[in-house]
Amino acid sequence: MNLSPPQEGRGYRRHAMILAVLALLIALAGGVAFLIFFWEKRGTAALGVSLALALACLGFGLIIWAHGLMPREEVSGERDLLPSSEEERKAFRDDFVQGENKIARRQVLGWMAGGTVGLLAVGSVSLLRSMTRSPLPVLFQPAWRKDMIVVTAGGKPVSTDLQDGDIVTVFPEGHAGSTASQTILMRVDEKSLRLPPGREGWTPQGFIAFSKICTHAGCPVAQYEKNINLLLCPCHQSTFDVLTGAQPVGGPAGRPLPQLPLYIDSRGLLRAQGNFSSAPGPGFWSEL
Amino acid sequence: MIGRLARWFDDRLGAASFTRRAIGKVFPDHWSFMLGEIALFSFIMLVGTGLFLAMFFNASETRVVYDGSYEALKGVQMSAAYRSALEITFDVPAGLLVRQIHHWAALIFVGAIAIHLARIFFTGAFRRPREINWLIGATLLVLGMLNGFTGYSVPDDLLSGTGLRIAYSVLLSVPFIGDWLAFILFGGRVPSELTISRLYGLHIVVPFLILALLAAHLMILWRQKHTNRTGPGRTNTRIVGSRLWPTYAAKSLGLFFIVSGAAAALGGLVQINPVWLYGPFQSDAVSSGSQPDWYIIWLEGALRLFPAADFQIGGRLVPGIFFPGILLPLVMFGILYAWPFLEARLTGDHECHHVLERPSQSPFRTAFGCAALTFLLVLIVAGSDDVVAMVTGGSVAALRSALRMLVFAAPAAVGVAAFFFCRTMKAARRAQA
Repeated sequence: MNLSPPQEGRGYRRHAMILAVLALLIALAGGVAFLIFFWEKRGTAALGVSLALALACLGFGLIIWAHGLMPREEVSGERDLLPSSEEERKAFRDDFVQGENKIARRQVLGWMAGGTVGLLAVGSVSLLRSMTRSPLPVLFQPAWRKDMIVVTAGGKPVSTDLQDGDIVTVFPEGHAGSTASQTILMRVDEKSLRLPPGREGWTPQGFIAFSKICTHAGCPVAQYEKNINLLLCPCHQSTFDVLTGAQPVGGPAGRPLPQLPLYIDSRGLLRAQGNFSSAPGPGFWSEL
Repeated sequence: MIGRLARWFDDRLGAASFTRRAIGKVFPDHWSFMLGEIALFSFIMLVGTGLFLAMFFNASETRVVYDGSYEALKGVQMSAAYRSALEITFDVPAGLLVRQIHHWAALIFVGAIAIHLARIFFTGAFRRPREINWLIGATLLVLGMLNGFTGYSVPDDLLSGTGLRIAYSVLLSVPFIGDWLAFILFGGRVPSELTISRLYGLHIVVPFLILALLAAHLMILWRQKHTNRTGPGRTNTRIVGSRLWPTYAAKSLGLFFIVSGAAAALGGLVQINPVWLYGPFQSDAVSSGSQPDWYIIWLEGALRLFPAADFQIGGRLVPGIFFPGILLPLVMFGILYAWPFLEARLTGDHECHHVLERPSQSPFRTAFGCAALTFLLVLIVAGSDDVVAMVTGGSVAALRSALRMLVFAAPAAVGVAAFFFCRTMKAARRAQA
């Protein structure tokens, strides 16, 4: 059934023809240009523009062709009634139930086949176990051990002439660059420290060190505002107060950065007294 | 020639009558029915460009020292994955163009799906009998977002590495099983030597899932036929539009070329994800002002706005990041999936609908949709609040507390306004009739 056959005249069709030919010519030129540019090893912009010209003008040409020169009648079609008729449904049910009855007589076979399929399904899920090591030992693995020497990313021992306000990323000797043990070392005025109880003697000469991994989402806590002794994570702007033991004071982090207990040995080298005060990194389902 | 070929096929398939019915199929003409097509076309672009990139990309964490043609990174340690991304960029002829088209096409793909979904939602096209296609479509959106994320993560640059760290932390926060989930997906603690190959495997396999669902989406559409906007002759038993052959097919093909032309123009002229500027991933470095692609940024915004709220269950930690990172998207996609059934229950309307509604005809639905979009918009702004603060010269903290109020107030205000606006429109239309 035609509702509204379009009534464009001959002039309209001629204009459409001219425009379509023009668009397809530009498309052709674009395609040729692309090939030439490609063989001449021209830059991304030249390649992209010529390719875009070829593709888009081909598209416009087709649409103008369709609009101006192809039949544009509006038609009306019938929609199917989607639900099947009751007879069809009943016929299907009868056929299906008949098949089912035949299986039901061999119930034992059915149970065995079903059980095997179920077992295989569970078995295939257990393949996931092959995908990884057990996580908890990795997450709780000590990053620092007693007497490890504090070194820079380049592997050199940290010089103890670090000044008040300086900050440097450090690692245990032999593990420079490792993720879990990355630590920030700063020097602050020892008298201004208000650390939690039990951390006496962790900050020789004002050297103080924390895990560099944000307890919120695992980004490196990379910025230090030395005037106010705040550490800032650039990802979600969590801030930690160095003087109180890197307690979170702003942003979405909820737990302090784990602190690394330090001492200075007889040769003047900075060393760890032991591991971080808690597991470094973002939080997970674990005993606190 | 074509006639002989057709005869050859029909001798073997007997498909003349089926094909004849197929090319006479009636398609509605309005532009809003083309949005899904744009998604389909950008998917085709993605497969084509992706195949090309896969010929060069090396999903390996093996440490290498760069010695390629990009001077700025000569002698720098990096993963083989990052080096192959640099090779595609600087040494493969037209490599950078194809890489940029691939990335732009991905943004268009998810964008077209989102706008298509909005069209379906606001016109009530999801109502019976089209609930199944709504569910498939929502799944396609989820898969598109995930595949976008794995795609921009595999070059192993500093920016995407930061995104990976955050995704890992979010997964790790799930109570009971988070550590296993994160370790299984990423192959250990991020960055592990398996992370890139895990993500790359997913990035190659998920498109097959997308393809299968796309086929189902289209077959169901074919069976149920399109909806129609209101108009003369458009009823629950008749569809009005143009026949597939030849006009509609030519226009559709034309649209395909225009969409791919647009992606080519963007890929050629507008730089996207310049991984060579970010540098290789280093676990102790980070760049500030890091933002993910647009379809992930609302999640990033939620992470920023959600206050510090770690808490404990039975002495065990539930990190605060669990709520904005896992629970919020679960609830939002839960509502999305359930919407057709929720609405049918709320309105008691279980009838078949083939004719669309104007948004104003259903004030509650439209108000809810506008509120949801506003919520997402505030989260998107929050996802780049540090950049907004830098540009406007304000403080991040002040902006963030304002956004925390706005994230509830703005959707409520917009929702109420939309509700009364629709009611007025509806009344005016009824008075006119």
